[in-house]
Amino acid sequence: MGYNVTRSGRAKPQGGGWELVIWYLMRLTGLGLFVTALGHYIIVHFLFDPSEQTAKWITDERWGNIAWRTVDWLMLTFVVFHAFMGLRTVVQDYTTGGVRTLLTMGLYLGAIVLFAMGTIVVATLQFPTP
Amino acid sequence: MLLRYRGSEGMLAWAFHRISGIAVWLFILLHVLDIWLVGANPQLYDDVLQIYASPAGRVMESLLGAALLYHALNGLRIIIMDFWPVMTNYHKQLWYANWVLFAVIGLPILIQIMAPAFGFAAPFRFQ
Repeated sequence: MGYNVTRSGRAKPQGGGWELVIWYLMRLTGLGLFVTALGHYIIVHFLFDPSEQTAKWITDERWGNIAWRTVDWLMLTFVVFHAFMGLRTVVQDYTTGGVRTLLTMGLYLGAIVLFAMGTIVVATLQFPTP
Repeated sequence: MLLRYRGSEGMLAWAFHRISGIAVWLFILLHVLDIWLVGANPQLYDDVLQIYASPAGRVMESLLGAALLYHALNGLRIIIMDFWPVMTNYHKQLWYANWVLFAVIGLPILIQIMAPAFGFAAPFRFQ
């Protein structure tokens, strides 16, 4: 094709199937995180300072309304998929056979646990009493 | 794979992307656990945040921001080349553009985060 091929990213899987779906979803969640995760970092590290961020501040301000909780839950969804599928690519690059299967299953399990924990805390934390 | 040196920008862009990605993944594990404390043990959460706000915590915070910003910008570079393949011919220039954006966006944030660690007030005020 005459292109100067570089492999910064994973090569697009040929032949379709789940691997191609995952390849597209990595890019889609990456774009989502470009907005949500960078935005999140700007808010909690540039606009505000960690010294102000008590549990009360999170309950009253950051998660004081459902809109911010929804944004943060979306970010959680993007990041759990993107981070654990990214680690899966790393595992596939360096391991084979039983070790690869074990580590991949461990990653899937870890992703489910982390997604559940994040969802529970963002969904069940009490709203501030007016 | 990480240690087999092939040289030049493309290989470094890839290696930094992988290292920063693993670093951010590690922080995500920590971050979901600390946010868990907001509901489970608010007092302990406040104590953890004081560690984050310490000078050493601020160095880690800056490193996290650097990893996040590099990964985000280089990720955009990868997406551009994936969906507009002719741009692959300019992958080095795109990488240099990444570093320009990295410095322009990153420096004000670095100063804002690190100033309190040196006894200065944070230079940008929003409240």
